[in-house]
Amino acid sequence: MTNLRIFFVGGLISYRALFNWLNPWIFVPTLVVGPIFQVLFFAYLGRAAGVESDRFYVIGNALQLAALPGLFAMTFTITGERYSQTLGPLLASPANRAVLFLGRALPVSANAAAVCVIAFVGGAVLLHVTLPAASLPALAVVIAATAVSCTGFGFLGGAIGLRIRDAIVLINLLDAALLIFCGVNIPLESLPDWMRAVGEALPVTHGLAAAREIADGATLGDVSHLLLAELAVGAAYAAVGYALLRYLEQAARRNASLETA
Amino acid sequence: MKTLRVIAVGWLIHFKIMSRSPFAIGVGATWPIVNATLAYFMYRAGGYPQTLLYASLGSAVAGIWSMAAIDASGAIQRQRWWGTLELLVGAPVPFALVLLPMAVAIASAGIYALATTLLWGRLVYGIPLPLEHAVAFVVAVPVTIASIGVLGFALGMTLVRFRTASHIGNSLEYPVWIASGLLFPLAVLPAWSHPISLALAPTWGMRALLHSALGGRAWLDIAICLGLAAAYTAFGIALLERFMDSARRHATLSLT
Repeated sequence: MTNLRIFFVGGLISYRALFNWLNPWIFVPTLVVGPIFQVLFFAYLGRAAGVESDRFYVIGNALQLAALPGLFAMTFTITGERYSQTLGPLLASPANRAVLFLGRALPVSANAAAVCVIAFVGGAVLLHVTLPAASLPALAVVIAATAVSCTGFGFLGGAIGLRIRDAIVLINLLDAALLIFCGVNIPLESLPDWMRAVGEALPVTHGLAAAREIADGATLGDVSHLLLAELAVGAAYAAVGYALLRYLEQAARRNASLETA
Repeated sequence: MKTLRVIAVGWLIHFKIMSRSPFAIGVGATWPIVNATLAYFMYRAGGYPQTLLYASLGSAVAGIWSMAAIDASGAIQRQRWWGTLELLVGAPVPFALVLLPMAVAIASAGIYALATTLLWGRLVYGIPLPLEHAVAFVVAVPVTIASIGVLGFALGMTLVRFRTASHIGNSLEYPVWIASGLLFPLAVLPAWSHPISLALAPTWGMRALLHSALGGRAWLDIAICLGLAAAYTAFGIALLERFMDSARRHATLSLT
């Protein structure tokens, strides 16, 4: 029962604190306006470069935008505790760490999926991109899987935030890597082999491939291997991130470096 | 003379602060490389490799605007957090003279973006910087930075009532990149947006850099940049005076 309370109530409170108690003046500019304009920016760049259609950029950027909450919010769940001077008490508590961090990941995953949908709908409406109605339920499943996977990737950010005060710099670089390596705006076949190989090991790549196939008429069954690959990549990063969190927490206790990182 | 000293010292101090900021250096100097790389691959895939210098300079100007949009828009709020706002307002120099060099110094950190992007383009993709009008280029760089910094100042004054000004400023990063045609020509945008583009300093700063590098009417672009900077300054100061007057009358300087 205690674990359930930590998972749901702790996760919800952490999420509300993340957005200064759901202040719309932070939420709307960051997670509505910014994402829609990212879609528009790359769609116009694509038009000028003469590669791919608007649909390519709407799908690509909407899926990649799952990383915005996934990466940044998961990082802030740790660094935010340091800023509000609650990191020490949090880690001194006997709460189960897996439950503690997974509880924080749940609303972040939902948020990531919501940002995908917002960017998708906003971009599609403004650029007059249409998709077959029959593809939407399958697309929703792909968005959910990518959101979970990006949140798993975000565990790495949380761990980095435990050790490095300016983790946001590294997180920005991870976000940039997703834009470059995952086929978001550049067709994967245009990338050198080594870049494609890096993309295979990152979240978003497989989910994005699945979303594009579904938009072209594939069924959920046709892309199930891609969905499983996307979830497996996210789970692997979550496992590594969690192990790193535990290790760095213990290292911080040993070295008394929790607040000085 | 005193005014010039306030501006010069203010700029220097804040430029030093920015130069030691991990975010300004780590993110501000690397994101333009990311944008340049994306534009490089996209233009190459589309069969337009000759536009690489355009993408390189555009990414650098985009980086300068990012610094201004994120940091300059929240300049007053930051002073509030640091507990220095009341001291600055109470100082015997006009508050605008404190804020203006601050905004320009923030945009000046974009010089790192310009340097890394041009270096990256040269070393990784072999993009040359021709410099048809070298003198104009040397003048265009500080004028572009200053005019974008002053645009950040005007934006900051527009958002002065908002505690979340830097978040709102952050969301204006992509819209200005789009409207200024930094990585693609304005011709791909709808016609109704062109007047907005012409009112933005990054549009003319980008043109000044491009024309001075490749040849063209760079001095005219520089003059328009300066004119826009003057207009933004007047607009920002007018808003700041209203804000200061209101804050003094209602005793809300630290509460807004």
